[in-house]
Amino acid sequence: MFRLDGKTALVTGASGGIGRAIAAVLHAQGATVVLSGTREAVLQEQVAELGGERAFYVTANLSDAAEADALVSKAEDVSGAPLDILINNAGLTRDTLALRMKDQDWDQVLNVDLSSPFRLCRAALKGMLRRRAGRIVNIASVVGTTGNAGQANYSAAKAGMVGMSKSLAQEAGSRGVTVNVVAPGFIVTPMTDVLPESQKEKLTSAIPLGRLGKPEDVASAVLYLCSEEAGWVTGATLHVNGGMAMV
Amino acid sequence: MSEIADKVKKIVVEHLGVEESKVTPEASFIDDLGADSLDTVELVMAFEEAFNVEIPEDAAEKIATVKDAIDYIEKQKAA
Repeated sequence: MFRLDGKTALVTGASGGIGRAIAAVLHAQGATVVLSGTREAVLQEQVAELGGERAFYVTANLSDAAEADALVSKAEDVSGAPLDILINNAGLTRDTLALRMKDQDWDQVLNVDLSSPFRLCRAALKGMLRRRAGRIVNIASVVGTTGNAGQANYSAAKAGMVGMSKSLAQEAGSRGVTVNVVAPGFIVTPMTDVLPESQKEKLTSAIPLGRLGKPEDVASAVLYLCSEEAGWVTGATLHVNGGMAMV
Repeated sequence: MSEIADKVKKIVVEHLGVEESKVTPEASFIDDLGADSLDTVELVMAFEEAFNVEIPEDAAEKIATVKDAIDYIEKQKAA
């Protein structure tokens, strides 16, 4: 089950905690993976960790519209194969209460976390629709559904991603291309490591499954949605949050 | 038949997987050639790419038949 032999996948934000785990799982299941990110040295190291085979990287700054537009074809160039799977995982946060949120904080988060995934979807869909096959998985967040004080920008972008994915799922369905969302809850990554211990304890107490999430928890959900076995699932949001929000 | 007409016909055959004989000037993409709305968008994009023209949304909506496409592209190319 859930094998991806012969498939080629692009994972954005692959140098981050969750992206790294996603790329590793897809690769382990037989896919050729193209890692994209901003830190070339880290990406190189990851390709080496994957054994160098069926693994490539492309650096891209997704706050630049032109780079986002070009990323899919670059990924196809380096891997030498058409893209079967797109994972929009790259994202950033600029947290602050709305009263103090600058236009720039808003615009930057909306651009990288919503506009750039759209650009990548648009580019990937072109070939997927023609080939009558493809999987897109967009990584959103539980806060897109629940909201979160201090994250008006991020939660708006992630909620937007869900609406976008549902629309794309409707547009692409007749061609056998699925578009789904994985919405992680609180996952332990370098990005969240900086939180004080007391806050982590408080967060854990709100999670029925009694622990914070691991990047692998997210990656497994992504793998399912990329698989042949998920061929009748589209426009769905799979919440992976330990039960913190049952939506 | 003009070079443009030939090329349009070829793109339609390729994209919709229909027999060449069916791609007459009067043929409607949707009613006669079995295209759905997504096919028509893909066709327009294929025309744009092949002829290096831009077909805006309101013009694209009016392209219903093979002849519509040929006429529009010929007009653009003549301009």
